[in-house]
Amino acid sequence: MTNAQQTKIQVRNLSKVFGSDTKKALQLRDQGLNRSQILEQTGQTLGLSNIDFDVREGELLVIMGLSGSGKSTLIRCLNRLIEPTEGDIIIDGENIPQLSEKALLQCRRRHFSMVFQNFALFPHRTVRMNAEYGLEIRGIPKEERAKKAADALKQVGLEGWEDSYPNQLSGGMQQRVGLARALANDSSVLLMDEAFSALDPLIRRDMQQELIELQHRMQKTTIFITHDLDEALNIGDRIILLRDGEVVQIGTPEEILTSPADDYVARFTQGVDRSRVVTARRAMRPVRATARAEDGPRTVLRKMVESSLDSIYVIDRERKLLGIIDAEQADEAAKAGAESIRDLIDDDYPCVGPDESLSRLYSMFTNRHCPIAVVDEEKRLLGVVVKGAVLEQLATAGEA
Amino acid sequence: MDFEIPRIPLGSWIESGLNFLTTEFSGVTRAISRTTQAGINLLNDGLMWLPEWALLGLIVLLCWRLSGHRLAIGGALGLALIWNLGLWNPMIQTLTLVVIATLVAVVIALPLGILAAVSDRFYRVIMPILDFMQTMPAFVYLIPAIPFFGIGSVSGIFATVIFAMPPAIRFTTLGIRQVPTELVEAADAFGSTRTQKLVKVQLPLSLPTLMGGINQTIMLSLSMVVIAAMIGANGLGSEVWRAIQRLRPGDGFEAGLAVVIMAMLLDRLTQSFRGRKRAK
Repeated sequence: MTNAQQTKIQVRNLSKVFGSDTKKALQLRDQGLNRSQILEQTGQTLGLSNIDFDVREGELLVIMGLSGSGKSTLIRCLNRLIEPTEGDIIIDGENIPQLSEKALLQCRRRHFSMVFQNFALFPHRTVRMNAEYGLEIRGIPKEERAKKAADALKQVGLEGWEDSYPNQLSGGMQQRVGLARALANDSSVLLMDEAFSALDPLIRRDMQQELIELQHRMQKTTIFITHDLDEALNIGDRIILLRDGEVVQIGTPEEILTSPADDYVARFTQGVDRSRVVTARRAMRPVRATARAEDGPRTVLRKMVESSLDSIYVIDRERKLLGIIDAEQADEAAKAGAESIRDLIDDDYPCVGPDESLSRLYSMFTNRHCPIAVVDEEKRLLGVVVKGAVLEQLATAGEA
Repeated sequence: MDFEIPRIPLGSWIESGLNFLTTEFSGVTRAISRTTQAGINLLNDGLMWLPEWALLGLIVLLCWRLSGHRLAIGGALGLALIWNLGLWNPMIQTLTLVVIATLVAVVIALPLGILAAVSDRFYRVIMPILDFMQTMPAFVYLIPAIPFFGIGSVSGIFATVIFAMPPAIRFTTLGIRQVPTELVEAADAFGSTRTQKLVKVQLPLSLPTLMGGINQTIMLSLSMVVIAAMIGANGLGSEVWRAIQRLRPGDGFEAGLAVVIMAMLLDRLTQSFRGRKRAK
């Protein structure tokens, strides 16, 4: 995630009522009636109610909810495939619900590309022609659109399939075409509606990974809809949880897991494999003691004894991590009468960033006994993770 | 008490309405009549100008290219039989009427079908009209055709177009409405205009269904141009009609058989065209 993110889309007070007397339904909503009561009294469905959120430039935002939570309605309101009943959707200063039909066409062409659950490829067009579709309807010259389509197909690894028809491809490949069609368009926001839900689990994992990489590479603002929490936690920079047409919680995957907004979210997050999601930052402890390179071996030994450590990390003045030294080495150095431990520092030590997942940490313990160092980008020591802490986190994950 | 509900004079209303149309729009009907007659003559003369064996060869070639050797052999035998029975010229006349009636019907039906597909209101208006057109006994159309266009082939075509058009409209509408929602959404999501959506997505995807409608229209046209012999349309129908009047069942069956052969050829040909499109 980049810092200093700008807001790309602001969604304010967005509501959608399916029915003919939308005013009445919204009135009842404002009087505090819930979805099923409104349905009972007016026969109208409150699809979305007072949705507020921001989409940041370049982020991968996941909107997640079970079926009927309104997530598909929400994504379709953004580009007005479904007309919102009230509220604002502001993208680059334009308020989408108020655009004229003509301006809406331009807005869709400039800002939104969409990837669909069942791919929605045009069966009468070749892969290339599918990828060119968005450019074609904008009247982009033939050569330019051929080039852009070829680039997009390359991005998703479909070189050599340009002249095939969609029905000649596997599901995973078809969705790559869908992705290429969206990427070729070079719009500012990518909308993905349950894009991987129709794929089988293995391919789905691969596609998620590729999407993450692609997204990091291109920094394209992406809104991804899913009903699968694992998927949401895996790919999302931030997650919006929807229930019955309302936002329940907005947060990073870790926030959703570790501080659920209410019982619903807590129940929902049960059974998730947290080891993939909870990060090193969470399991890490402050360092009890550190050594300096210029310390003598006896000083270092004393520090270790005081803090009952078998090994100790060595840092410089700026807390930058230099290496590790264990008690045995320090003892030998002391007996040999060495002045400082500088020559004994072992720079082969386990070290991770704060966002590393627990499952990865756990696998690092199998062949090392020393705690894992957690460092920031400047290599400054933030803390350490001991095996027990990882186990503890994994264990609480199971109960939650 | 002797109380009688007066009979609603529906028939006379319709007649005065038709009379009004005939007198007020005689210029229009005459123009239509002239154009259609010119079209009939042109096509008929063109087909007659070709020697029988040449046209037969052309049709057989078409059967072979579009479908295969089985249809080609069947077509050759059937057409040879018609030629042998001396029904070649009436068959050409019937074929001319079918081709022109189908063309006119499709040209009218396509835009109406598209409109009914995109507009729910128009759909609700036109569907009962189509039901009406299809269930009204076909003979009834023959009667107003005469004051409009006089006795002859033009009247026959007028009645045929009305009778044969509904399936083309219905299938066009059906084909467009059957295009999966997701594909229409995809077209919309990328910012297609209505026309772009129609031309690039909806029409190509409804083509197989649309061809099915045209096939139906051709078959109905054929059955109607035969009936239209009663108001003076020439062709195989008038052969049958003459056989009825002279009580000559043999002649009637011969002409009827020719109609059957034509029907089968036209049906198989248009269907194979449809199948080819789909396989592509």
